[in-house]
Amino acid sequence: MLRDITIGQYYPADSVIHKLDPRVKLFGTLIYVISLFCIKGVVGFVVATFFMAGMIALSKVPFKFMVKGLKPIMILMLITALFNLFLTPGDVLVSFWVLEITKEGVQNAVLMTIRLIYLILGTSVMTLTTTPNQLTDGLEKSLRPLNKIKVPVHAIAMMMSIALRFIPILIEETDKIMKAQMARGADFENGNMLKRIKNMIPLLVPLFVSAFRRADDLAMAMEARCYSGGAGRTKMKPLTYVKRDYIAYAVIIVYLLLSLLCGRI
Amino acid sequence: MSIIVDKVNYVYSAGTAYEIKALDDINLKIEDGEFIGIIGHTGSGKSTLIQHLNGLIKATSGSIYFHGQDIYDKKFDLRELRNRVGLVFQYPEHQLFETTIFDDVCFGPMNQGLDKNEAGLRAFEALRQVGIPEDLFYQSPFDLSGGQKRRVAIAGVLAMKPEVLILDEPTAGLDPGGRDEILDLITRMHRERGMTVILVSHSMEDVAKYVNRIIVMNQGRVMFDDVPKEVFKHYKELEAVGLAAPQVTYLMHELRDRGLNVDTDITTIAEARAAIMKAVLGGKH
Ligand SMILES: Nc1ncnc2c1ncn2[C@@H]1O[C@H](COP(=O)(O)OP(=O)(O)OP(=O)(O)O)[C@@H](O)[C@H]1O
Ligand SMILES: [Mg+2]
Repeated sequence: MLRDITIGQYYPADSVIHKLDPRVKLFGTLIYVISLFCIKGVVGFVVATFFMAGMIALSKVPFKFMVKGLKPIMILMLITALFNLFLTPGDVLVSFWVLEITKEGVQNAVLMTIRLIYLILGTSVMTLTTTPNQLTDGLEKSLRPLNKIKVPVHAIAMMMSIALRFIPILIEETDKIMKAQMARGADFENGNMLKRIKNMIPLLVPLFVSAFRRADDLAMAMEARCYSGGAGRTKMKPLTYVKRDYIAYAVIIVYLLLSLLCGRI
Repeated sequence: MSIIVDKVNYVYSAGTAYEIKALDDINLKIEDGEFIGIIGHTGSGKSTLIQHLNGLIKATSGSIYFHGQDIYDKKFDLRELRNRVGLVFQYPEHQLFETTIFDDVCFGPMNQGLDKNEAGLRAFEALRQVGIPEDLFYQSPFDLSGGQKRRVAIAGVLAMKPEVLILDEPTAGLDPGGRDEILDLITRMHRERGMTVILVSHSMEDVAKYVNRIIVMNQGRVMFDDVPKEVFKHYKELEAVGLAAPQVTYLMHELRDRGLNVDTDITTIAEARAAIMKAVLGGKH
């Protein structure tokens, strides 16, 4: 039931993209997102399409999984497109009642829809090929300079990775408790709002109890292994760039230049 | 005829990269009043199988019939099924939530539509059966020891008076005394109330001592399904899949190898004692 919700759904495969340093992927995704919002013309989108298609092909993740990420934002896309379609001022193409569709409106709607789709597809290349742990590692190392201005980068990264680690565990736990209470006749589906909220108590109480117990256990386990924050801590798998990472950086820079050059046409 | 499992397959996370085939073509017939033990290595699909029996998990393919009715039929009332097939989960203590033990045990009967008085009576009876002393009834379930919580959770299902009682490793993590008490309680329920009992267990000794039929699961399939004596004859095959026969069975084989003329199909200590006495005394006379 609940397990079907996947957050940060990593797809294991053996590909160049999977092996890239997470910092490269973070940087690449950032550049790609920025470029999407700079591009205005057809040629620009052709460049972006080729770049993205190349990445997807290299990542060896079935296209089906990429598209899955699009479903939840379908509604958002539709609303954005409609707003753009009807609310952009310009040359009127058709009008009925108080609504007018303008040439600029059509352009904007198409542009925004394509941008949103590309945005989701592009970022899911990153989330599908990078484990949450690698991602936080990459973030931690990329943001390390912020330590100088007293931002607790390590603590934030640690909290992030623990939170990410706990999401699937809590989902699993919810699933289990829900089933156990359903076996005792609990009903989570029927009834009015108030009744349904009340029916959640048999689920929420054990869930919180177990979350606190787990947090406690984890804190104890970390302390037992002498965890004392980031100072002087080394990594088991330190992030180091290898040749393919430099090549990837070069590809990203070339893409950036290309999209800036052709973006307007 | 009570429960029929017909060609059931189940796949977890179907359609993702993490597909796991948890059940593979399961066919079973569970009669009224049976006492069945399900054993199998970790991850062999025991928990998955029993959750099918009260409709908590819907089979990917195949059907399940309860008293001749298809439980996947649109008109079939699954809540009614769950009233009649009680399931005690692995680590049931994690489901306690009420402010008092008594209220927690009342949860099931109240969901069945009983009024407060009747539910209270059921709770009272069930708590007494599992051996919780009365002065604990109005305490918070969170203050109990692990073993006591387990008993309260079992009482929570017993209070619903199911026809079929399924327990998923009810004795995991209990001390030997607590384990025997729980198993004796279950046996009593089976004998006195004629309840059908399905017991998932890792302990061959428990299973051999109490049940009349053993289902051995291996990698999502039923490997053996027979009376304990017959199943434990295959102890070599059981070992190959990470299981074993009861200790006494090995002892009997050893004795026979050393020249004592005993029956090697023995699975419980009581039987072993009788057989050894017979062999030793019988040999002299
Ligand atoms: N909720 C779930 N989501 C995905 N896979 C699962 C889930 N529950 C179990 N599995 C997988 O299904 C298979 C069977 O699991 P199941 O829990 O039925 O085994 P089990 O025989 O009860 O094991 P144990 O003795 O450890 O309790 C295992 O491979 C397990 O990893
Ligand atoms: Mg299990």
